[in-house]
Amino acid sequence: MTITLIFLAIIMATVIFWLLKQTFNVEPWVSDEVADEVSGASLDLKPQAIALTTFMAVATSLFALFASAYSLRMEMPDWRPLNEPFILWMNSAFLVLASIGYQWSRNNVAKTDIGSKKVLNGLIVAGTFSILFLIGQLLAWKDLSDQGMFASTNPAVAFFYVFTAMHGLHLLGGLYVWARSVMKIQKNQDIRVVRTSVELCTIYWHFMLLVWMLLFGLMIAT
Amino acid sequence: MSYVSLYDRDHEIEHHDPDTFLTKYVWSQDHKVIAIQYGGIAILVGVVALVLSILMRLQLGFPNTLAIINPESYYQFVTMHGMIMVVYLLTALFLGGFGNYLIPLMCGARDMVFPFLNMLSVWVYLLSVIILIASFFVPGGATGAGWTLYPPQSLSAGTPGTDLGIILMLVSLGVFIVAATMGGLNYVTTVLQYRCKGMTLMRLPLSVWGIFTATILALLAFPALLVSAIMMILDHSIGTSFFMPAMISAGEQLSYNDGSPILFQHLFWFFGHPEVYIVALPAFGLVSDVLATHARKNIFGYRMMVWAILAIGGLSFIVWAHHMYVSGMNPYFGFFFATTTLIIAVPTALKVYNWVLTLWQGNLHLRTPMLFAIGFIFTFIHGGLTGLFLGNVTIDLPLSDTYFVVAHFHMVMGVSPILVVFASIYHWFPLMSGRMFNETLGKWHFWLTFLGAYAVYLPMHYLGFQGVPRRYFSLGNTDFLPESAHTLNASITVSAIILALAQILFFVNIFMSLRSGKKAKPNCWGATSLEWLTPDTPPKHGNWGHDLPEVHRWAYDYSVPGQEQDFTPQTVPASEVPVGRDHGVEHN
Repeated sequence: MTITLIFLAIIMATVIFWLLKQTFNVEPWVSDEVADEVSGASLDLKPQAIALTTFMAVATSLFALFASAYSLRMEMPDWRPLNEPFILWMNSAFLVLASIGYQWSRNNVAKTDIGSKKVLNGLIVAGTFSILFLIGQLLAWKDLSDQGMFASTNPAVAFFYVFTAMHGLHLLGGLYVWARSVMKIQKNQDIRVVRTSVELCTIYWHFMLLVWMLLFGLMIAT
Repeated sequence: MSYVSLYDRDHEIEHHDPDTFLTKYVWSQDHKVIAIQYGGIAILVGVVALVLSILMRLQLGFPNTLAIINPESYYQFVTMHGMIMVVYLLTALFLGGFGNYLIPLMCGARDMVFPFLNMLSVWVYLLSVIILIASFFVPGGATGAGWTLYPPQSLSAGTPGTDLGIILMLVSLGVFIVAATMGGLNYVTTVLQYRCKGMTLMRLPLSVWGIFTATILALLAFPALLVSAIMMILDHSIGTSFFMPAMISAGEQLSYNDGSPILFQHLFWFFGHPEVYIVALPAFGLVSDVLATHARKNIFGYRMMVWAILAIGGLSFIVWAHHMYVSGMNPYFGFFFATTTLIIAVPTALKVYNWVLTLWQGNLHLRTPMLFAIGFIFTFIHGGLTGLFLGNVTIDLPLSDTYFVVAHFHMVMGVSPILVVFASIYHWFPLMSGRMFNETLGKWHFWLTFLGAYAVYLPMHYLGFQGVPRRYFSLGNTDFLPESAHTLNASITVSAIILALAQILFFVNIFMSLRSGKKAKPNCWGATSLEWLTPDTPPKHGNWGHDLPEVHRWAYDYSVPGQEQDFTPQTVPASEVPVGRDHGVEHN
């Protein structure tokens, strides 16, 4: 559980420290004209950005718990390390390219003087490589099952299937938002309608890449 | 912020106004309707759990008198009662019910930030309840593994519901977590970004602080339950060995290898202990506001109360293994978790002192909500103190798995939060419905509930001391139990039946008041917080009419010296209170 505890300790410490900072040296029972003028928003962020950050904290907790379960289960005598299929390296490269595609799109979406073409190109790169990543993951599954490595064979194999499935599902959720952005651009030809979506999806794609690298790293190292 | 002004424009309000029955009451995106839907579903499923508890008590008090209760059904009732009460009633009611109703109103917002997601949340929650209840009707029936669902027992032959029952339970929990996450994202974002002008975080009522912090706990802790549910489904369905050890069942070697049941316990309690505070923190917040309003006094130590909520929230993640002292853990771990458990008692006790000090020299109005709130202080102190016993490893070992534990957790996270639920429903009922409830019926309801709860749970402590084990279908004739233990069990059952029947008074009161209760005046309790200051009672869609409110003070200006009335609403600016006196602080 150490991994989870470290992750959660960081998240909780950040949240609690930030909240405490709002409460120090405040005497709420005294009239305060400065406070009267305070806007009702605590952070200079769009609500969607806060919702995404919160969701990523939830996902972090989920994957950290899976990683903790992995490390605890490893201690049992039936654990046999998994020879990860080589295709995972190629898949990882696809995910990096998808992330770069989104970043490219994001860099362009902020510039209102350019057309939607560059943004759309970036999105298509991101989406194509994400889909290739998912197909690659399925091929890795096929590779393992062809070798007779099923989830019931060994806990390391079972964790591989679970990790990749959970990560893939999260990426599919992202692809749903991606598809909506692409359709909106094609319909409107106005990139402003997708600006928030592209900005937030870029963060999410980087997050998914980070999660994958950590999970993949954990599996390779053990 | 631009989105606030955008949302405040007339055509935006009109655009969002629902005009058909379906959009107004069924597929509603109004946080108040969603709150009532959440509350209604939670209370309905809670009544099912209450009936199950009476069936269990009948077996324990008067063994083998009812044919429908056999060992299998008994364990199914135990399991479903526990899970429904903890997750589907209390969590849903506090976060989905009170959270939805109060957060936007107390923050001065028109609605949640993402109304559609909010609506989706309640329907997904309903789906989770339907899946759960469906498990009663599938072949093999509901799971009887106990609410903790410990493997290998929960998946082994001999336990009821090992076919479909356990799967439906796990799937239902997964669906519930999706619903709770959707709601949670809304609550966090709304509290952070949708407060009205002047509403600093430290001017928020404690109800919002409690619900907000509990939401953060829920968002971070529920994934642990999801992880364990997914892995257990795989153990059951495709033969993985995450939790299931190599074992022989009914003379047959099962295909499982060296799965770790202890791993499940860690994951389960990593969710399970924060869950206690997911239920308790909103209760702490709500009861603080009820107490301050009906004592006509500011809450004692507001900042300390906020810090205590945050401290409890943080600490609740590092005490989980005190539920596992008997699992054979390293003694040093036991020492660590006992220490953290005792540390968490400090901010909790601080809150109790502050509630009592709020009452001290207050102008107490002993109306029904106040009675329930004071009742909560009693039961919470009681349940909290027995928690100190069980938090110590050496005392926990002999008391583990006895009725002492059952008495403890029912007092601290069964009765106590339920008393707050009633206090809050009675307190905010006039606002929600526009009608007053019947005070006499309410007081009868309180006294029968409060005394009934003590008649049920106080004797259980003694049963625990005598070593009566929990989870047993039948005690039989054992030498170590005197006849009085059986008599006590019968007495508890009779009390439980009276306690359950007393709840009919609540429903009668609510339905009668909705039909023919006296019309509630706006701000009928003379409260200071924003939810009572809406132009309409009950508040209409959009809450605030044309203009959003502006806040000039905290939510606890009660009985401020030098002021005509004994409360100053949050919207009253300093310029409108007598010169030289403000918030009880004398200015030079």
